[in-house]
Amino acid sequence: MIELSDHFLIEKIRAGDFGFFEALVNRYEGKVYRLALRMLRNQQDAEDALQETFLQVHRGLKDYEGRSSFSTWLFRVATNVCLMKIRHRGTEPANLLPLEDYLPRHQEGAHPSIQDWTDRPEEALLSKESKEKMLEALGKLPADFRAVFVLRDMEGLSNAEAGEALGISVAAVKSRLHRARLTLRGMLSDYFEKREPRRAPG
Amino acid sequence: MKCKEILEKLSEYIDGELDPRLCQELERHMEDCHPCLVFVNTLKKTITLYKYASSEPLPKEIHLRLHDFLKKECRDH
Repeated sequence: MIELSDHFLIEKIRAGDFGFFEALVNRYEGKVYRLALRMLRNQQDAEDALQETFLQVHRGLKDYEGRSSFSTWLFRVATNVCLMKIRHRGTEPANLLPLEDYLPRHQEGAHPSIQDWTDRPEEALLSKESKEKMLEALGKLPADFRAVFVLRDMEGLSNAEAGEALGISVAAVKSRLHRARLTLRGMLSDYFEKREPRRAPG
Repeated sequence: MKCKEILEKLSEYIDGELDPRLCQELERHMEDCHPCLVFVNTLKKTITLYKYASSEPLPKEIHLRLHDFLKKECRDH
């Protein structure tokens, strides 16, 4: 079966065909929900954001000019809905640590001690507890840094697409992404270094 | 190349956006500097763990509620 392009669906929706709007929603609802869950970290908020996003999409379609791809435009709407929700919560994550805490302090000739936890077996790195730790770490990033990391490294947008979705320059995307990655590496390393690698049963 | 300069360039290096000459310098540094090598490995692994973090499919109830909501909000306006 030939898949109808987003462009085709959009033309039909503008002509008043609601069925094609439902098809468009079906195509992207999973992605939007996943983004919202990663940004907002609870199902209720993610569901609210999902509904709000597609409501705005329906209202905004007449203004969508096709300068960026539809999915980039959709990510822009979804990300803004999530960021607004985070701001309205009033409480950013309780333990918002300054990013500097996770950037290694390099002095000339001296290195902080560092453990290589990358060769641990996958089951250890991907255990239920590790995955929870990963999400917790993500939630500790300030919202703007979290958004860049989720869009670039989890959703696979390019620097340019992420820039369009967030309304920032490519340089800003790269800079925030780098700091987000270093911070997450620091938090995961703290966690993995404290856990003893499981010894094989002897 | 000093460790501090490496740190600034790491994301570009990992994303394949770094000038080949600088790549070579960086890799040469890592051959001699174990802590930097470990740092880069753990950085790459961090990204990979998140990239391949499994995600749940959209729960059916949420899908149904979404479509009901949109029918109500969008169709009669």
